[in-house]
Formats: sequence, structure tokens, C-alpha cells
Amino acid sequence: MSLFSRFLDGWRKYRKPGYYEKFDYHWTMTVDLDKCTGCEACMMACQAENNIPVVGEDEVARGRELQWIRVERYWEGEYPNARLRFMPMMCQHCDAAPCETVCPVSATYHNQDGLNTQIYNRCIGTRSCAVYCPYEVRYFNYYDHGWDSPLEQQLNPDVTVRGKGVMEKCTFCIQRIRQAKDLAKDDDRRRVQDGEMQPACVQTCPTKALVFGDRNDPESQVSLSMDDPRSYRVLDELNTDSSVFYLKKVDA
Amino acid sequence: MTTPTERNDLGYNDIHEDVVRSIVKTGPKYYIALATAGSVTLLCFFFPWFYQLYYGIGAAGMNHPGVWGTYLSSFIFWIGLSHSGTLLSCVLHLTNSSWRKAMYRSAEAMTLFSLVVAATYVMVHVGRPWFIHWALPYPNQMELWPNFRSPLLFDVMAIATYITGSTIFIYMGSIPDFAAVRDRTSGWRNTMYTLLSLGWRGTDKEWHRLHWAYTFLAVLIIPLAVSVHSIVSWDFAMSIVPALHQTIFAPYFVVGAIYSGTAGIVTVMFVLRKTMGFEQYITKLHFDNLGKLLLVLSLIWTYINAVELFTGWYSGSSEEYEALGYKLFGFYAPLYWEMILFCAVAPLLMFSTRFRTSFVPMLILSIAINIGMYTERFLIIATSLSRQYLPDAWGVYVPSLVEISIMVGSFALFTTLFLVFVKIFPSVSMYEVKETMATPKIEPLAPASGSPA
Repeated sequence: MSLFSRFLDGWRKYRKPGYYEKFDYHWTMTVDLDKCTGCEACMMACQAENNIPVVGEDEVARGRELQWIRVERYWEGEYPNARLRFMPMMCQHCDAAPCETVCPVSATYHNQDGLNTQIYNRCIGTRSCAVYCPYEVRYFNYYDHGWDSPLEQQLNPDVTVRGKGVMEKCTFCIQRIRQAKDLAKDDDRRRVQDGEMQPACVQTCPTKALVFGDRNDPESQVSLSMDDPRSYRVLDELNTDSSVFYLKKVDA
Repeated sequence: MTTPTERNDLGYNDIHEDVVRSIVKTGPKYYIALATAGSVTLLCFFFPWFYQLYYGIGAAGMNHPGVWGTYLSSFIFWIGLSHSGTLLSCVLHLTNSSWRKAMYRSAEAMTLFSLVVAATYVMVHVGRPWFIHWALPYPNQMELWPNFRSPLLFDVMAIATYITGSTIFIYMGSIPDFAAVRDRTSGWRNTMYTLLSLGWRGTDKEWHRLHWAYTFLAVLIIPLAVSVHSIVSWDFAMSIVPALHQTIFAPYFVVGAIYSGTAGIVTVMFVLRKTMGFEQYITKLHFDNLGKLLLVLSLIWTYINAVELFTGWYSGSSEEYEALGYKLFGFYAPLYWEMILFCAVAPLLMFSTRFRTSFVPMLILSIAINIGMYTERFLIIATSLSRQYLPDAWGVYVPSLVEISIMVGSFALFTTLFLVFVKIFPSVSMYEVKETMATPKIEPLAPASGSPA
């Protein structure tokens, strides 16, 4: 096939209207802040599932922690009447992601699952995506982090171990999504059913504050959850069109 | 055209001798300077850089909100410094300012070497510089292309074009001088200049074509110089980071670039004048004119800074308020006020003609301006990234020793390149200086002497 005809094929495939708006699956998460207790189990689950290295005390003190999901704490009021609010913050998988436009090598792009993906192999480490991300959820590998023996035995074989100079972030556990899709494909090419797969954080959440699913399926748990009147998106005024919906905490 | 009075006692041959002497005669001072600059480059630039390459970019002080640091501010600084050289030379060429002629060659060299240092800084900045070529659009078997929407890619293109353009410009303008030096040297130098001068003989046709092409390139480079720094500013302005997302950024960066570049020229002029014995070529007139230019630029720069503060305040959004307040009174506030002092207040001294025509005060001021402008670039990155939307992700970035060492080393790298340049290129444009002088009378029967170049 000549280069030109391949170019034309690509053009016909990708330049059709709606290609960048309509997705095969549209993975979405909702976070019910009323249910979140700030236990940080999601952070631990994510760390274990995604081979996120432990950077050590010194590096954390220098502000170089690696945590794809973090639980933000916001204090309100002064001591006797102080209130603490939690907000789990992970990659929002924006459909209009600022980080995707800025990467000079397209190491981060939007796939047909509505996911904002990060290709570690392609990343050259300009870190501009982290600057452009208003949620500050992109984390950079400042060093090669190793695992002391025998800890390397517990690494998840489905997830790449990232080296120095590479940006990384929450993937909505894309390895689990791929697995579920593969199974569904082998199983007579059906679609992935609601609840068939969950990212590690959702699976772990003891209060079920996190709900994950396909927004394209109107009956899915996440579709029902995101229609809740308490639903909002963080920094929605920036028009990032993010895929994570937060359900407002209602004060009693 | 005005001819500087201090030059009237010079003949064509004096110019040739002065300039060829500056190339051929090398004293021990030069070697000491070259050895010092070279070893400082090696120790302060390349050694820490290799350390960083080996262990990872964690050797620098970047952290979670502050993922960009002094590497990028140095990059902007060097791109900025590169500006005035070629840009100023082009503008002055087109406006027929004769005072340009003695200084423009070294100004253009400054452009070129600043760009080289800036391009090196890009490699220092990225996490995996061994894959930097992926940012270039080249056909490959994977059919992978860079992201043409990315302002960083625009940057790669703009800088590559600018380097190419300035290289051709400085080289073409030097061809007659290479020929002149060729005719006065022997040995390997003669061979080198024979090659460099491309067989220049100084015929009317050659002069005609040179002038035509030179003017053409000058016209071409002016928009290029403006576009380069606009595009560098888009790296920041196209983000949605509160204090960076501003439409004023492109003109702000262009003015800032010309400002720091002009100040850089004053510094280099002073050094050249003292060390190379060019007192007769680089005169008070040059400092006076450059001073006027600097003054105007400082006023524009101050105005744009005021506009930046005003738009931040006028936006009425809490993020902009926070970023603004942090810039003026936060952790980095001393640096901010230092910048205002050096770049907005101190240059007002140049309203006085006596100040503009005194060499040492101008040197001090020009260095102060560039320190202030470096601070500006640092603050643009550091203050804005420290205060973004989510308060949980606020933080402070402080440069590490490796970064500071590389910054010092980059000046040594620039100096090394410049020192090599002065021994290869005639650092004063001989033929254009001659144009400002009266044509010498040739005795009708005397045999022609000297080269036509």
C-alpha cells in the first residue's frame, strides 16, 4: 500500500465528523463525597495495582510523590467549629483535555473509549502536560525508582513499570478495561456489561463512594449516578468536559 | 548618513590591519580566557548535565506543581538574548543607520550562540533528551508524527527556522570580509578563508547581488524574530494556568526579548571594545543610540507589566487574584521587586545623555537589566505554577545546585563559543565600516594596491 493511500485511509477513518466526540465506550466515574470518609484505601489499591513506586520520605518532602489518586483535604472554619472535607482527585479523563493538545509528540491522546491515555514509551518528558492540567494529577518520574527484593515479585504483570523521565497518571485501570473487552470479544463479541470490571480504587472503596461504568449505556449504575441532582464536575467552568462527576456533600 | 567624527583619521588599510590583527595575533590573555571559559563549561555545564542524565531529572529542583523550572526560564532568557542581535541588525540595515555597521557582526554572532545555548537547554530540560528527535516531523516506518497542535512543536519549528535564517544572514554578510582576510593571511587560515569566501572577487555584480540578497534576508528575518518569541510565549499563554493564560504574552515576550537582547549587546560591545582594541569603531555614539533604544524598550516593558497586573485584577476571578497576590507579596515577592527595580526603575537613568555616553555605568545597567529579565522569566514560571486551581496542589519550587551550576555553565558555554567566533569571523564588518568613510584618492599613475574587497 502506498504511503499516500494509507494517508487517505487514515483521513477517511479519523476525519469523519464526531470521531472525537462519540466513543465506543465512554468510561466515567462518579465520586460521592457524602460517602467518602477519606480513608485513602483507594490510594493504596491504586499503588498496588498500577506498580506505582514508593518514592521515599525525602522525595515526598520535596513534593515529588507519585500517586495517581490522592485524597485532597480542605479545612473549613476555625478550631471548635472546624470541618474537614475530602475530595479524591484523579485524572478526570477530560474529553477536551488541555494536556492532549500540548504534548509535542502526542504521547497523551484520547482513545475510542473516551479515555485520556498516556503512552510511556512515546513520552519525552517535557512535562508540559502537567503544567496544562488544571487538576494537577499528572506525576513525573524524577528518578528510576526500584523495588527492593523481594518486592519486585509483587508487581502487576499487566502494567508497565515506568522509567525515569516519563510522565504518568491515572488510566482508569486500562489493563482491566482491555481485559474485560477482550473477554467480551471472545464471548461472541458482546459489549462489556455494567459492573463487569472496576478500577482498583472503585473495587476497594469500603463505602462504595466511587462508581465506575460506561456512560453510553443509559441503564448503567454510573449513568444513573451522574444524573443525581448533587452531581457536578470540578472546575467545570474551564470547559474541560471531564469524565469524573462528583456528588456534592450535603451538610446535615 | 552621518560619519562618526572619531573615525575620520582612519584609512581603508587601517581597518584591514586592525581586524586581521584581531584574528591572527593571539595573545596569552586570549588563551587564558578560552581555557577558563572552556573548563568552566565542562565543569559547570556538561558535568552536572551528565550527572542529571545518568540519575534522572530529579537532580534538578522541580517538584509536583513546579514541573518547569530554571531550565525553561534559562531557555527563554537565551532565546530573548538572541533577539536583538539579528533583529536589531536587520531593522538598522533597512533604516540605513550607519552606526550599526561597526557592531552588527558581533550582535549577530550573539544571536547565533544564544540560540545554540537555548537549543542545548531544551535538551537539558526534557526528561528523556535521547528521544528529542521525536519532536521533529520525519517520515518513519511507524508512521508516527509529532502533534501539530502543540505550541511546543510550533516552538521547535520556529527556533529551527530562526537558527537557519540567522546563520545564513551572518554568513552572507561576512563573505566580503572573509575575502579581505583571505587576501591578508597565509597557510591554513588562507585555505579556510578561501573556502569560506566562496571565491568572492568583489566585482560589481557580486556586490549588487550581495546587497540585494542581504536586504531580502533582512526583510525576511524581522517577522521571523517576532514570531519566534511570540511562539515561545504561547507555550505559556496557551495553557489555562491562571497567571499564564494572557493574550498580552506574545508582545510581552517579544518586547522583553528585544529589551534583554539590547542590554546584552551593550555588555558585549563594552567587552569587545576593551579587549579587542576597537575603541575607534565602537564609540560613545553607539552607546548613546543603544541607550535611547533601551530606554524606549524599558518604558514599553513597564507598560506591559502594568497591563498584566491590571488584566489579572480586572478578570475578577479568584484564581487570578490569588496568582496576582502571590506574585506581588508571596514567597517570590523579593525577586519580583528586584525585577521592577532593575528593569523598570533603574533604566530611567538613561534619560540623561551623560549617563548614556558613559561606558561603565552603561555596562553596569545593562548587566542589571539582564539580571532583572532573567528574574522575570523565572517568576513567570515559578509564581504561576505554584498557585494553580486546586489549593491542595499548591507548592513552592526552589532551584537545586545542579540547576544553578548549569546556569553558570551556560554563560561559560556562550563565552567559549564567542571566543572561538572572534578568531574565525572578522568581528567588525570591514566593508560596511568602509562605506561610512570618504573614498580615498588614488594617484592616477600609481599601481592599484590592496584587494578590491
